[in-house]
Amino acid sequence: MTAPPRVRARHGGPTIWFTVPALAFFTVFAIVPLAVVVVLSLMRWDGLGTPAWTGLTNWTGVLSDPVTGNAIWLTVKVMVVSWLVQTPVSLLLGTFTAGRQRYRAVLAVLYFLPLLMSAAAIAIAFKAVLDPNFGLSKAIPLLGQDWLGSPDLVLYVVIFAIAWQFVPFHTLLYQAGVRQIPAALYESAAIDGAGRVNQFLHITLPQLRYTIVTSSTLMLVGSLTYFDLVFVLTGGGPGDSSRILALHMYITGFASNDMGRASAIAVILAAAGLVLSLGLTRLSGFSRMRSQQEGA
Amino acid sequence: MAVEATRHRSVHPTVVTAGRRRSGQRPNIVGAVGGFVWLAIIIVPLYYIVITSLRSQQGFYATNALAPPTDPTLANYQLVLQNEFLRYLANSVVVAGGTVVIAVAVSLMAAYAIVRGTGRAVRLVFAVFLLGLAIPLQATIVPIYYMITRIHMYDTLAALILPGVAFAIPLTVLILVNFLRDVPAELFESMRLDGAGNWRMLWSLALPLARPAVITVAVYDALNAWNGFLFPLILTQSPDNRVLPLALWSFQGQFTVNIPTVLAAVVLSTLPILALYIVGRRYLVTGLTAGFGR
Repeated sequence: MTAPPRVRARHGGPTIWFTVPALAFFTVFAIVPLAVVVVLSLMRWDGLGTPAWTGLTNWTGVLSDPVTGNAIWLTVKVMVVSWLVQTPVSLLLGTFTAGRQRYRAVLAVLYFLPLLMSAAAIAIAFKAVLDPNFGLSKAIPLLGQDWLGSPDLVLYVVIFAIAWQFVPFHTLLYQAGVRQIPAALYESAAIDGAGRVNQFLHITLPQLRYTIVTSSTLMLVGSLTYFDLVFVLTGGGPGDSSRILALHMYITGFASNDMGRASAIAVILAAAGLVLSLGLTRLSGFSRMRSQQEGA
Repeated sequence: MAVEATRHRSVHPTVVTAGRRRSGQRPNIVGAVGGFVWLAIIIVPLYYIVITSLRSQQGFYATNALAPPTDPTLANYQLVLQNEFLRYLANSVVVAGGTVVIAVAVSLMAAYAIVRGTGRAVRLVFAVFLLGLAIPLQATIVPIYYMITRIHMYDTLAALILPGVAFAIPLTVLILVNFLRDVPAELFESMRLDGAGNWRMLWSLALPLARPAVITVAVYDALNAWNGFLFPLILTQSPDNRVLPLALWSFQGQFTVNIPTVLAAVVLSTLPILALYIVGRRYLVTGLTAGFGR
């Protein structure tokens, strides 16, 4: 397995073979499927029989289907509104919990709890909490609504549940970011008479720019993958009013047995993920950020 | 937690000084109010789940949803446990354990090679793994379903572990590489002069030094595998191979009118991971944030 010492010394590093097991797993179950899904999008397949070539039929079908357009629109909406809700909340909570008092440490532990629950558990919990007959709606008249039954409200309920699940994670990122800001910056600002708000705007916010980029990237790319929560919470309904792209793909493929069309939708999903993260990486210099961490 | 966090992260020199910052300032009232509002948002659903899971069916229909149960009962928990809950728990343990052991082992090998290697091939491999962070799991599920059925692994626990490992690898490698890069090259060089091969250096130098990072990624990968829903939904079928999140979903179908029992299952499914969190908290929290950097 190991090369003779002379050879190793000349190359100055360990053998590339050490990457093979990981690469094999990753290639077989991530890269190859990514290629196969493109091929499958050109085939007709019910999930059981043998796939048969059908050209661009799936694509014309998917692209002319108003449900797909709606799913894309809903996905964009979830992505944008989630970002608008989660970023300020976790930024402020992260800054707040970066302080050292004991009660803040207790708060941070409690904030963390939703991260431990599976999306299925969270969805079931929210379903019960929002039940118009037995949940909060009955206990607190102000909240008296059929939250999940209303096509106008359901998407915002989904976004709220997503925030409930993921704000703790992003709070954690911001908390760590704030703790790395040199204290001297705040000390000199305080001497200059800058108040808390000014310190936040002129020190905390600019110093956190890389954290904001990291968190936003994870949030935006992640919002393509909110499947489990929506599947269990609403199943896409009522009607199609919460049928986001990932769910649209699942229903098309595994409920309607049209794997070809589902594959076409999957290609759209994968392309969106790649374009989004490559674009964000370019724009923000993710590599710069990484090298900064190496130096730390 | 804060103190532990500082201790663990002392590799980053700036962290240590940050603690004194806020002393001598006016209390942050806006922050505190906002912090407690969010706390309420987190706590109210959790409180509702727990008290409802302790209600009897009749009590559930009769009382105010937020009032504590007048006649708390563990009958719902009993019912859940009688419905094969322990089997689903065991399945989840197997899947999470298998995924973590394989993912961390192959990722550590890869991370070692990436950190120690200099060639173009190594950089290319690393770039491929980073690309993996951008692939939505859902986009690959149809081909994975196709492959798993063709190799006759449909409806087995192994069918959940293999793709689970693949999707755990990118982030695991990234975090381990970031950590191992901080190990001075001289340590490796002096071991090499002593005649150590790559396996020895990996096993007796890289692994012990990277222990905090290894524990971090192990906990994080376990959390993901434990809570995974889509792969089990699509790649398994029989109750024998059901894992916890899927069991919750089927409990929901089975006990549609018995919300207290479904919520008892939710609580039960969260308890093991809560126990793990209490044990490994400081690694999870500090490691997660260190993995992404500033």
